[in-house]
Amino acid sequence: MSPNVIALLPEIVLTITGVLVMLIEAVLTPGTSRKSLGWFAILGTIASGAAAFYQLQFGTVQAYSGSIQIDAFSVFFHVLIAAVVLVTLLGSLDYFHGHATHAGEYFALSLFGAVGMMLMTCSVELLMVFIGLEISSISTYIMAGFRKGQATGSESSIKYFLLGSFATAFFLYGIALAFGATGSTSIAAIAAGLGSSATPLMAFMALAMIIIGIGFKVSAAPFHVWTPDVYQGAPAPVVGLMSTAPKAAAFAVLLRITFSGFPGFEPRWALLIGIIAVLSMTIGNLGALLQKDVKRMLAYSSIAHAGYLLVAFTAFPKDAIASAAFYIATYSAMNVGAFAVITQVSGYDETSRTAEDFTGLALRRPVMAALLTFFLLSLIGIPFTGGFFGKFYVFSAAIGAGHIWIAVLGLANSGFACFYYLRLIAALYTKSLKDVTTAGEDIAHPFTATTIPAGIGLTLAAAATLILGILPGQVLQLAQRAGTTSLAPVEKASMPVIEVK
Amino acid sequence: MNFDPYILSIITFVPLAGALLLALLPDKGKTMQWGALAVSLFTFLCTLHLPAHYDYSAHGYQFVENCPWIAAPAINYHLGVDGLSLWLIVLTGFLAPLGVLISWNAIPKRKKTFYILFLLQQTAMFGVFVALDLFLYYAYWELTLVPMTILIATFGRTEKRRAAAIKYFLYAFIPSAILLVAVLWLYVQTGTFDVPKLTQLASVHGISANSPALWLASLAFLAAFAVKVPVFPLHGWLSDAVAEAPTAAVMVLVGKLGLYSILRFSFGIFPDESHRIAPLMIALAAIGIVYGALIALVQKDLKRLAAYGTLGHVSVAVLGIFTFTIAGLDGGIYQTLNEGLGGAAFFMLLGLLYERYQTYDMREYGGLAAKFPWMVTLFVITTLSVIGLPMLNGFVGEFLVFSGSMQWSLAHGSSFWWTALATSGVILTAAYMLWMIQRVFYGDLGIKSETVTGWDLDAREHIALWPLVAVFLVMGLASPYWTKAIDTFGAAASYPMSIYSPYVVEYNKTHHHGHVTLSIRNADGTMQQPKPIGVVDPSLAADALNKPAPQTNKGARY
Repeated sequence: MSPNVIALLPEIVLTITGVLVMLIEAVLTPGTSRKSLGWFAILGTIASGAAAFYQLQFGTVQAYSGSIQIDAFSVFFHVLIAAVVLVTLLGSLDYFHGHATHAGEYFALSLFGAVGMMLMTCSVELLMVFIGLEISSISTYIMAGFRKGQATGSESSIKYFLLGSFATAFFLYGIALAFGATGSTSIAAIAAGLGSSATPLMAFMALAMIIIGIGFKVSAAPFHVWTPDVYQGAPAPVVGLMSTAPKAAAFAVLLRITFSGFPGFEPRWALLIGIIAVLSMTIGNLGALLQKDVKRMLAYSSIAHAGYLLVAFTAFPKDAIASAAFYIATYSAMNVGAFAVITQVSGYDETSRTAEDFTGLALRRPVMAALLTFFLLSLIGIPFTGGFFGKFYVFSAAIGAGHIWIAVLGLANSGFACFYYLRLIAALYTKSLKDVTTAGEDIAHPFTATTIPAGIGLTLAAAATLILGILPGQVLQLAQRAGTTSLAPVEKASMPVIEVK
Repeated sequence: MNFDPYILSIITFVPLAGALLLALLPDKGKTMQWGALAVSLFTFLCTLHLPAHYDYSAHGYQFVENCPWIAAPAINYHLGVDGLSLWLIVLTGFLAPLGVLISWNAIPKRKKTFYILFLLQQTAMFGVFVALDLFLYYAYWELTLVPMTILIATFGRTEKRRAAAIKYFLYAFIPSAILLVAVLWLYVQTGTFDVPKLTQLASVHGISANSPALWLASLAFLAAFAVKVPVFPLHGWLSDAVAEAPTAAVMVLVGKLGLYSILRFSFGIFPDESHRIAPLMIALAAIGIVYGALIALVQKDLKRLAAYGTLGHVSVAVLGIFTFTIAGLDGGIYQTLNEGLGGAAFFMLLGLLYERYQTYDMREYGGLAAKFPWMVTLFVITTLSVIGLPMLNGFVGEFLVFSGSMQWSLAHGSSFWWTALATSGVILTAAYMLWMIQRVFYGDLGIKSETVTGWDLDAREHIALWPLVAVFLVMGLASPYWTKAIDTFGAAASYPMSIYSPYVVEYNKTHHHGHVTLSIRNADGTMQQPKPIGVVDPSLAADALNKPAPQTNKGARY
């Protein structure tokens, strides 16, 4: 295999699977089950994750004239994205029950979205990053409006599309300015050209534009306004996907651009990102306090979590990358899990929306309630869950770099944040009026109420959240390796490292 | 087979394993109760391994387990027990089966949830007492909140349970979040989470030269712990949580976790700061004793009365430990155990009343003594223990605390009014407890006690309560058996004062006939003139001199 093929192997696997799924979907008669397509997509996702692991043995390799770089950093995010898509696909296999006409497209779009996200994390050339961003965004725009009959779905999709395009424009403008200031769109060349740039202000403007563009994508305040509406309207499994995987990819891009592309400006962008972090946590948590709709609440919670994650950028580069990578992994596990439970509980028609609808869930579906409680506890940051260790690691990195103020603000924030999660948890375990009227007749059997694939998906998410909390060693090591490799300079002539067979 | 190297892990994880087992068993008949009882009894037996194999002559940690957990940041799975935690672990193990017995019929529905959470709470509490790695400790510390909050939210008594649960969680969690900042800051300063190492570093001023930062960190620690104790005026969560929580949860809600943490971490890692803040804490404790007792006097709800009474009792322990005298520290720890036992007995008895009459309103009771001779007997014994009657455990603790407190006042040349104020709490405690007995059990039959036919204690309830009474008596009569372990901690914890505090008190070693003289060392190291402070019990003086006390029976002698 040529090195170029190996460098993009996960993306290639996913693209082929996605195209096949789409082609087969076209020839299936309407009304037949699309489940087999879903299983095929799942296999493709697993294969792409395995392909990413396979890349790990080659160390740091550049391909396609230095525009793609595979290293521990890219592998970390590839595997993470594959895992998120896998859990989402497992959770959505039976989601379209009775609405199966366009399920195949959904599976294909998930795969194409993943291709874009993966491409973002291994590109070291801003235009490549932009292409990846577009591929992933367009897929998610469509998926947000997937429940065609519902007005909120279309509203969500259009809003997401308009604001997302706006953000992408910012990002593109940033690339143009960076090219103007340094004469290149390659991240390494930008870093090299920064010192000799005749227009450092323009270079800083470029970085600011890029941060704004990424800020939209990760829903950091003050670029977060689209988030609650879009999350509320989009189907629950899609929200689970789009609140984690594209964010992971966007954070990966931001890590690469800031630490590898603009290291000379670090004090300035660290301050800027620090302010965005504090704003995001505060606005996210305050906003979540006022929400009645659970998906809206989790939307604000994801804004707050983007804030916690951005705290990592104020730390020393190596710690920052390692802790940010670890945090995004834990955040993805718990958030995908929480939305998977919501998918299971409220179904295609989203019967359970508000906290009141979830009241007494522990009586009706004890296992689902226990899982949701576990994911919410992890989002609070209770020990022995991934959420705690992620937060712990990010804030210890920030304190290690001497930013105690931001740690105090962040942890105080997370202290107050527990209120709205806890309100939901307490509701799950309190008897509701509904239960009194039905006298517990509708208690579903804990295990048969959920289909097997969804059960596997939930188990994966819960296991990941637990393992990241109690035995984070392996993932931590990979995250730390990601930090080291993405910062190490790559020799220009490192192209033909892989033996061509 | 030698279990010593694993016993602490076994103790910690047996309840967890039991909880998982209960999750798999069907919730039919009395399966849950028997399962939880078996697990908690087995755990209790495991905890008894500790005092049986504890080396009372040695200082430092025993039954140590230490293995790496996470490489970077350096976190170890480090467990150990010393004189401070030994009896607290046994106490936790002892109360669990009683908690199950008392909930036997009181929790008729959703038993599975209840007993799983109850056992998880056990694991979290054991973890707090055995963890010697700050990260591990913090993890267990936060974990203690979760089962308790869900227990209150699910099994609370009134419609206000959800609010009470959230209030409890927020009160405890927000200071703990700030505690985490302090923990991380310590790690950045020292590169270790290991508590023995940190304690050692602290004793040579090796943590940080930045004294404002040390102060802030010590306050973050102390505040987080003080809320959980609770220390006046941080008790806002207490009465609601106590009023709502089911009996088995209330039994472990208050006191020991916070007090233990102050002793282990505040005193261990911030000795100087703890000494300097001691006068404030002593004042707060004295106020807490009187305030708790006064508020308890005017309560009509039995559970709220018990809640404010508890505030007073834990304040006694706080008063003791912040005197930094051996008597005070030993007494404080002893009082922590007493509070755990006496509070448990009291809440259990109240729970039994509630099971029969569905009310905690004192005005609806009255004249029960004639109907329930056994119950009134146990109520009175518990009351006597709580108010500190000699021969029962409460007296030993209170005596040591107040004598330590008086020593402290004299040694610091400060006013003894705080001690006097605190001691007046003893009278107030007796007042509200005895008045409560009178109103519930004597006089005319009340509305409820007249209309509802209750029943006296049945066999299960006898089994649940008599062990506590036996322990009251044993701890009151044979106190040296318990204090010999506590002493190893008390003696060590009172030490740093005489070495590091800038205005340190030293007991002059040339004493005769119980005349203790004090030397005050100035900050520059020069000595002030020794001054005699009067006649002191010889054994106390010997304690103060850090010599082994004569082998007399403390409880009986006092």
